[in-house]
Amino acid sequence: MTTLEVRSLVKDYRLRDGLRTSTLRAVNDVSFTLDHSRTVALVGQSGSGKSTIAKLLLQLEHPTSGEILLDGKPVARRGSGLAEYRRTVQMVFQDPFASLNPFHTVGHHLERPIRLHHPRMTNAEVHRRVLHLLDRVRLSPAENVAQRRPHELSGGQRQRVAIARALAPEPGVLIADEPVSMLDVSIRLGVLNLLATLQREEDLGVLYITHDLATARHFSDEILVMYKGEIVERGPADDVILNPRHEYTKTLADAAPNPERRLGELRR
Amino acid sequence: MSHPVLTVENFSVDYLVDPVVHAVKDVSFELKRGEVLGLAGESGCGKSTLAYGIVRLLKPPAMITTGHAVFHSREGYDIDWGDLSPEDLRAARWDKISMVFQGAMNSLNPVISVRDQFEDIFETHRPEMKKKERRERCGDLLERVGVDRARLNAYPHELSGGMRQRVMIAMAMALEPQIMIMDEPTTALDVVVQREILREITRLRDELGFAVIFITHDLPLLLEISDRIAVMRHGEIVELGNALDLYTNPRHEYTRQLLASFPSLTGDRGSFVRGAMDDRLLALDAVSVGEEQS
Repeated sequence: MTTLEVRSLVKDYRLRDGLRTSTLRAVNDVSFTLDHSRTVALVGQSGSGKSTIAKLLLQLEHPTSGEILLDGKPVARRGSGLAEYRRTVQMVFQDPFASLNPFHTVGHHLERPIRLHHPRMTNAEVHRRVLHLLDRVRLSPAENVAQRRPHELSGGQRQRVAIARALAPEPGVLIADEPVSMLDVSIRLGVLNLLATLQREEDLGVLYITHDLATARHFSDEILVMYKGEIVERGPADDVILNPRHEYTKTLADAAPNPERRLGELRR
Repeated sequence: MSHPVLTVENFSVDYLVDPVVHAVKDVSFELKRGEVLGLAGESGCGKSTLAYGIVRLLKPPAMITTGHAVFHSREGYDIDWGDLSPEDLRAARWDKISMVFQGAMNSLNPVISVRDQFEDIFETHRPEMKKKERRERCGDLLERVGVDRARLNAYPHELSGGMRQRVMIAMAMALEPQIMIMDEPTTALDVVVQREILREITRLRDELGFAVIFITHDLPLLLEISDRIAVMRHGEIVELGNALDLYTNPRHEYTRQLLASFPSLTGDRGSFVRGAMDDRLLALDAVSVGEEQS
């Protein structure tokens, strides 16, 4: 039961060009709430500030102003409070080819977070947990997969390892930054379906960052449309896609491949 | 429009590694003048290998075991790419068939300005061209894809991803080839930029009348831009048909699977994503156990 709340978040970056400096407002006055077992999609094109929000939520960047509240309490800046926050908020990255270390086995990738967060666990228990995690992301036979290295797996399988790794510390919130955009179209829905199932089982809040409107619509409860650092439209998923009100949402919806539209033209 | 510009017959490519990988198996198709042919399939199905094989760009251990790719020129003569000497092959590439490579954003040389990379094409293929004329032409090409000609002096890192992609497309058009092969030209771009580039490609195709082989794993995108679509799996073309038929009446089981695997933006298809866990969705991506195990 975790609620992550963001209140009027602002992030400025200072840009330097020789002796002159200017500020770029990457995130401008963004507020939203991520409740347990709900999915919020953050859509927008490259450079709209989606990933900056992910970095802010993960405490990889500090906001210029505004606050991030976990269960109503502001995030600790150091010590055990921060460690606890990091355990609760986990991340799945975009590129499963870059986010797994080619030198280590799949088992090693899953052991690390378990050991970090449960330092007193015995080796046998850790191993059992690793296998259990692999089973949960449907990578079977788990015993065999645990010994493999990332290059022996396909993109979809690697991304499932990344999901298992994010689930290892038993988080309450999962931030998924374009989790399927690097994968083949044919397995994207499978991975999203798995993510939705795990979300239900674990009662997770999920922030789904993407530029693919079609999956955002079917995968999430609420959609936030970002443009140049601001949220220009928000609402229940179907409303935003089927009746877009803001100009930019319409542009995005038009840009998405939609075979029905073209084939309608061909038939005529 | 109905005359073929490229005929590929019984084309097979093997990778001579242990064990031998049959990457492309006995593929035949015809490309008509001015058409956009989509080549769809998952990673590892052989679609890029086929494209590279057609223009003989494959390096060992890849080997073309059987088949021809015959180019039918607009002027009425035929060229079998397999019979060309290395010298002729070099002259024919880019002039007759050009290519926009996968990850085109990173295939520009980072230490040479865009102008020099453009001029390199003309210096190699049109050595008789005057310097002034060459300059003029490079600028025109850039403007044709919607990039300001002042950008000729820029280095690749000074351009955005979408712009670099346009520069690559402009370069591929430089010699007015009759066929352009595009290998995943928009995968690294976001939807809005992707849409602009696709519009650009369609517009230029209408203007200049070249044929396009468009390779991608993104079937919804192909359905939108191509006239005909070939679906590849395990090195074979399992279905080839025009876009409308393929979408409304897919014949092969695998095509049906692919069509079912993307959600629809405005329709209901895809709402099952949040339904019960469906292990069939991941069946295509199951871990294989067996001989490859080390």
